[in-house]
Amino acid sequence: MRQDLQKNPLLEIRDLTIHFFTEEGVVRAVENVSFEIYPGEILGLVGESGCGKTVTGLSLLRLIPIPPGRVVNGDILFDGRSLLNLEEKEMEKVRGNDIAMIFQEPMTSLNPVFTIGDQIMEAIILHQRLDKTEAKKKAIEMLHRVKISSPEKRMDSYPHQLSGGMRQRAMIAMALSCQPKLLVADEPTTALDVTIQAQILHLIKEIQGEMGMSVILITHDLGVISEIADRVAVMYAGRIFEYGPIEAIFTRMRNPYTYGLMRSIPQLTETRGRLYAIPGQVPDPMHLPVGCKFHPRCHMMIEDCKKGEPMFQVNGDQFSRCIRWKECC
Amino acid sequence: MSQNNFLLEVQDLKKYYYKEGFLTSDKIPIRAVNGISFSIRKGETLGLVGESGCGKTTAGKSILRLIEPTSGQVFFKGQDIVRLDREGMRKLRPHMQFIFQDPYESLNPRMKVEEIVGEGLEVHRVARGKEKLRRVSELLEKVGLHPQDAQRYPHEFSGGQRQRIGIARAISLNPELIVADEPVSALDVSIQAQILNLLMDLRDQLGLTYLFISHDLRVVKYVSDRIAVMYMGKIVEMAHSEDLFKRPLHHYTQVLLKAIPKLDLSQIRERPLLKEEHPSPPSGHECLFQARCPHSREKCQTEEPVLLDEGEDHFVACHFVS
Repeated sequence: MRQDLQKNPLLEIRDLTIHFFTEEGVVRAVENVSFEIYPGEILGLVGESGCGKTVTGLSLLRLIPIPPGRVVNGDILFDGRSLLNLEEKEMEKVRGNDIAMIFQEPMTSLNPVFTIGDQIMEAIILHQRLDKTEAKKKAIEMLHRVKISSPEKRMDSYPHQLSGGMRQRAMIAMALSCQPKLLVADEPTTALDVTIQAQILHLIKEIQGEMGMSVILITHDLGVISEIADRVAVMYAGRIFEYGPIEAIFTRMRNPYTYGLMRSIPQLTETRGRLYAIPGQVPDPMHLPVGCKFHPRCHMMIEDCKKGEPMFQVNGDQFSRCIRWKECC
Repeated sequence: MSQNNFLLEVQDLKKYYYKEGFLTSDKIPIRAVNGISFSIRKGETLGLVGESGCGKTTAGKSILRLIEPTSGQVFFKGQDIVRLDREGMRKLRPHMQFIFQDPYESLNPRMKVEEIVGEGLEVHRVARGKEKLRRVSELLEKVGLHPQDAQRYPHEFSGGQRQRIGIARAISLNPELIVADEPVSALDVSIQAQILNLLMDLRDQLGLTYLFISHDLRVVKYVSDRIAVMYMGKIVEMAHSEDLFKRPLHHYTQVLLKAIPKLDLSQIRERPLLKEEHPSPPSGHECLFQARCPHSREKCQTEEPVLLDEGEDHFVACHFVS
């Protein structure tokens, strides 16, 4: 991965700030989020529910409902051009062709009244201007690629006739049929059993390698991140709390939230006893605490934590939003 | 039956559902729980683990007769509760409680916390009025909530807090047995740890016995003394918690253990991948796992293995224990 860092990033997110203006008040879902993705890497975006990871993912495809949502500040640069300033017509070409997305529950993302084959062919015909025969050939090839057995037969299956794992494979086939440069995978394995989860992660990694595309893997599960990601961004309350290469985040974390998240997961190697638990709960996005958003729950909190929430460069490519990063953890 | 110190004994429990056949009047049985047997000692926690559709939730609900089992026996303190009539069951209910997975679905949104937690006290004529409110306040404090929370409604609470309300309700009548069905699966990791700690604290304080149902082996390992692994309606392996993780004998358990995402980067490596499809329910006498098993042999297709003791209370149903 290291050699890729010298290249130009494929996607650059700068100070992205997204608010939702609801009747109850302003929900500050994403606040000053910046990161970049280089060609051929897998970036893990990890955090608990409501941390803004999904909103960030959706914004890359401009799928945030406006209103009530609005990009208040920041920019998204894909291959050097700003996605936020594109005409809707232009954006439609980016979706699917350049950036594709897969979701948590493949059953709700697939149309139940069309066959798998029809749906994959639709995407191919729409984006690649191929005729039906060629599109069909391509669709079968894609199903083969995601390791669905007897793809010719599966073309005629309806989504409900497939298992959860198979449906997610079909979704991946559809998303990748136009060879996008970037795949946004939002909790792609959360609805699946562990044995199937392992297979799907394996598949994403394998195809990513073959096609040389980049992947943003959005998940609440650090375990999923550890399986296939190259770099990680840990989000909390709409902000990136820690950001860096996977080895750094997993072995030399410099943020008490990352530490807490990691420690809360029961490990098979540990013996029984009390689990480490982060006290309190995720703050209400309409009433966020002042200063560091994690300070009311943090075991390292000092008075200065209420004054601001600066980001520190730990070393070359690792960043932490914690004034006591040197003492952590 | 009751000479031993088992609080709960389940024998050959079955729950079948029937699906109408297409164009025929035959009913096709779906064997959700297909003859499981186990027992739990007083104060012990048994983890029941398996993937979706393996029958673990159906088993839990059948044991408390929240759904009626098709056949089999469930002895609670030596008494077969499957044979009890309504009144007999009503008297036993306070001693055995259920904690549900979804803290959003399992609390009545129109009831105040006081009514939710205190309902059992009133129904079983334990306490009413001021006394009930006092008991509810006590219970709320026990599960880490404020006594004032009694006057609020479920929607005012987060997922973790709601699960605390569900737990307060479950312990309100001083039960001896609690069946907890995926009690932390809907919660965020940081909250999951809080609730698991609470459940373990309550076990120690109140001397509770748990049947802990979960798909997550990491969670199950943390709370359980013994673990039973279910696959397609049957228990395929059962052992002491440490032992199961140290020497998993069934090939299914082995694959399940290897599929768990690890946080230790050095542990991640190639792993045997299962064939994906859950096979259609078998009709013959083959091993239920043979279609997906990486080590399946001829015998597995003709003879179904039974659960046998491999020593040290380690039971496994496999012809070729490795």
